[in-house]
Amino acid sequence: MSRRVAIIGVGWYGFRPVVEEASFREMMFEAAVRAYEDAGGINPRTDVDAFASCQEDFWEGIAIADEFAPEPIGGTLRPVFTTPGDGLQCVASAYMLIKTGQFDIVVAESHAKPSDIVSMHEIMLFAMDPITVRAINMPNYHALAALEAQAYMSRYNVPREALAYVVAKDKRNALLNERASYGANVTVDDVLNSPYVVSPLTKLDIAPFVDAAAVVVLASEDVAKRYTDTPIWIDGIHWVTEDPSLEYHSWEFPMHALKAAEAAYKMAGISDPIKELNFAEIDSRYSFKELQFIEALKLAPVGEAHKLMLEGTFDRDGLFPVNPSGGALGEGVPLEVHGLARLIDAVLQLRGEAGRAQLSKAERAVIHSWRGVPTTTSVVAVLSR
Amino acid sequence: MSRNIYVKHRPAVIGAGLTLFRRRMLETPKELAWIAAKQALDEAGLTLKDIDCVVIGSAPDTFDGVHMKGEYLADGAGGVGKPTMRVFVGGATGVMVPIAAWWHVASGHCKTVLAVAEEKMSDADIPHPQAVFRYIWDPVTEVPLQPNLIWIFALEMHRYMYKCGVKKEDIALVSVKNKRNALDHPAAQVAANITVDDVLKSEVLVWPVQLLDISPVSDGAAAFVVASEDVARRQTDTPVWIDGVGWALDTTSWTNRDLAFPEYANVAAQMAYRMAGIVNPRKEIDVAEVYDPFDYKELHHMEGLGLAKKCEAPKLTKEGVTQRDGDLPINPSGGLLGVGNPIAAAGVMKVAEIYWQLAGKAGKRQVKKPVYTGLAHAWGDLMQASTVVVMRV
Repeated sequence: MSRRVAIIGVGWYGFRPVVEEASFREMMFEAAVRAYEDAGGINPRTDVDAFASCQEDFWEGIAIADEFAPEPIGGTLRPVFTTPGDGLQCVASAYMLIKTGQFDIVVAESHAKPSDIVSMHEIMLFAMDPITVRAINMPNYHALAALEAQAYMSRYNVPREALAYVVAKDKRNALLNERASYGANVTVDDVLNSPYVVSPLTKLDIAPFVDAAAVVVLASEDVAKRYTDTPIWIDGIHWVTEDPSLEYHSWEFPMHALKAAEAAYKMAGISDPIKELNFAEIDSRYSFKELQFIEALKLAPVGEAHKLMLEGTFDRDGLFPVNPSGGALGEGVPLEVHGLARLIDAVLQLRGEAGRAQLSKAERAVIHSWRGVPTTTSVVAVLSR
Repeated sequence: MSRNIYVKHRPAVIGAGLTLFRRRMLETPKELAWIAAKQALDEAGLTLKDIDCVVIGSAPDTFDGVHMKGEYLADGAGGVGKPTMRVFVGGATGVMVPIAAWWHVASGHCKTVLAVAEEKMSDADIPHPQAVFRYIWDPVTEVPLQPNLIWIFALEMHRYMYKCGVKKEDIALVSVKNKRNALDHPAAQVAANITVDDVLKSEVLVWPVQLLDISPVSDGAAAFVVASEDVARRQTDTPVWIDGVGWALDTTSWTNRDLAFPEYANVAAQMAYRMAGIVNPRKEIDVAEVYDPFDYKELHHMEGLGLAKKCEAPKLTKEGVTQRDGDLPINPSGGLLGVGNPIAAAGVMKVAEIYWQLAGKAGKRQVKKPVYTGLAHAWGDLMQASTVVVMRV
């Protein structure tokens, strides 16, 4: 069935370093209520055909966190399931469910409360292969990202100034974004002069965490038009996992993002992304990752993103704005909500509802998420007005 | 939800495989996943190159002791360089896997899906894999009470026995049947020829749950290949179509439910029946793999799925209707009680069994009557989730 799939509602709650007043279930509820209202006041008990929740057990601190998915989003005794993955993977599942022709409205949800996590480093050690990597017991899991940064920078002669430029750009963009907690006027020199956490990454190069919940309502074409005048279409979406064994995966370049982007662009019929798209919301948990993903998403030739970055191409008033919301460096990383945060920022831009952060031209965009080290999964989607 | 005649890319299972189910396997989780995946590919006559997408099923990360287990398993499950998606609904994950594989294919996004489930419970060994279940409860209201998982099943079993006037002797028949069925299953962990008396004399864990009422701790993996109609017809003469899928999650607050009847199983089954066009499941389903981590659960779920009237399942069992040569064979594989219970892999084992039964490939386990329509079911979370697929030749 070749019917199109639209995003008809988005809702969010939190995006603060610590959400003190609400539990994760209350945050889900708040985000869901806002999303259903945004979607023209749908009733989740009768109008929604399925619910997808994206969360990971260890981060929830609950062995089967899926148990807590249904109630806050109105899914009790309805088809609800969990994908332990980034929120955009739930959007991908929702997309496919609608494409089967059997589901008209599907909801994707994700939530995170990293402020509740006391042992993040130990949890991240558990994400590493128990035999080959965990045994090294690295003192800081960001070291894996730092190694990738070193490999990338030496392979393509990327100067640290380009990384610092990314940080300064994103934090400055974030000042215009009401959801961003980490907006700041920092300069390239501020970043270069910060002490290393793990060389070549300083504290400012590493995106901090935030608490957040996000809910997205998707609908088939005919149904979407009943609920909203401003549906945002998903023209293409794809996700790819690369070799998860760190020993074998490419340290220099994120092939997973490249493959996912190629497939998503093919679905959307895009051959020259920089010409056919207006802006991008992509992962930037580490400053160098934004450069890598710009290349992987074909917004710059491989190894050239740093030059274009330093020329201002990806500034919010540049040729092709990347992360006009401030991205992960400006908004923070809400664990699995990260992808949905990118999606919400893009949807608001495309609708012309981004407030002070609004771009002058926003008709078609690419969004991307990655799950952080040591994972090798990317999701890429093309959205249009 | 409407009839599946509107689904353009009709998905079919065309091959399945599974590892041994054992208490302590020496293989790593990745290796287990690949052993099962390779078998499924071989039966389907495909190689990894022919696979478009991968679906992974695995229940709590805590068992394998790996955070983000879907990422970790990706290479073992054949997902390198492919779109790989993990689904998770606690114990019901096993049958969520074919449901996810169904939508990957039915949507037209993928033509072939390799679906793999793996669980290595023995890795969570301090002091016992059961300890994982200390962390499944509401962190504020329940965890401080330090509940044990078997407690709530004892409550549910008691409630069911009371409401339906069922005796332990009648329930034990399920354990006897499934463990005997499993004698013919090459992967089985706890197959045995036992009597009702053996069950009643086994160690009491939490009354009325006794040792032989309950499935074991297991390691294992299971896999199958789902393909769209054109690929399926090219690869095999016996594709088994996934004609209906359904799933549902009830409220987290299990204390607020009547435990005597599994409403969630009913809702999930009705969704799958509606899609497959089944009006009278008792007559139209020829063979079923019903989730049986406890013997009473098989009865409980038969009623939830509409395969028996309320409180009728013990009677059908007593009359031999659910035996392999009966009118409605239930768990001809031997189920979780006989083959073993590596959570997600156990659910996929059930899907594989229905596939083999309908394709006429179940060998010694083949049920006596001719079978055309089968059902696989799994159940999980806080006694709240059910997943159902209806399959046809």
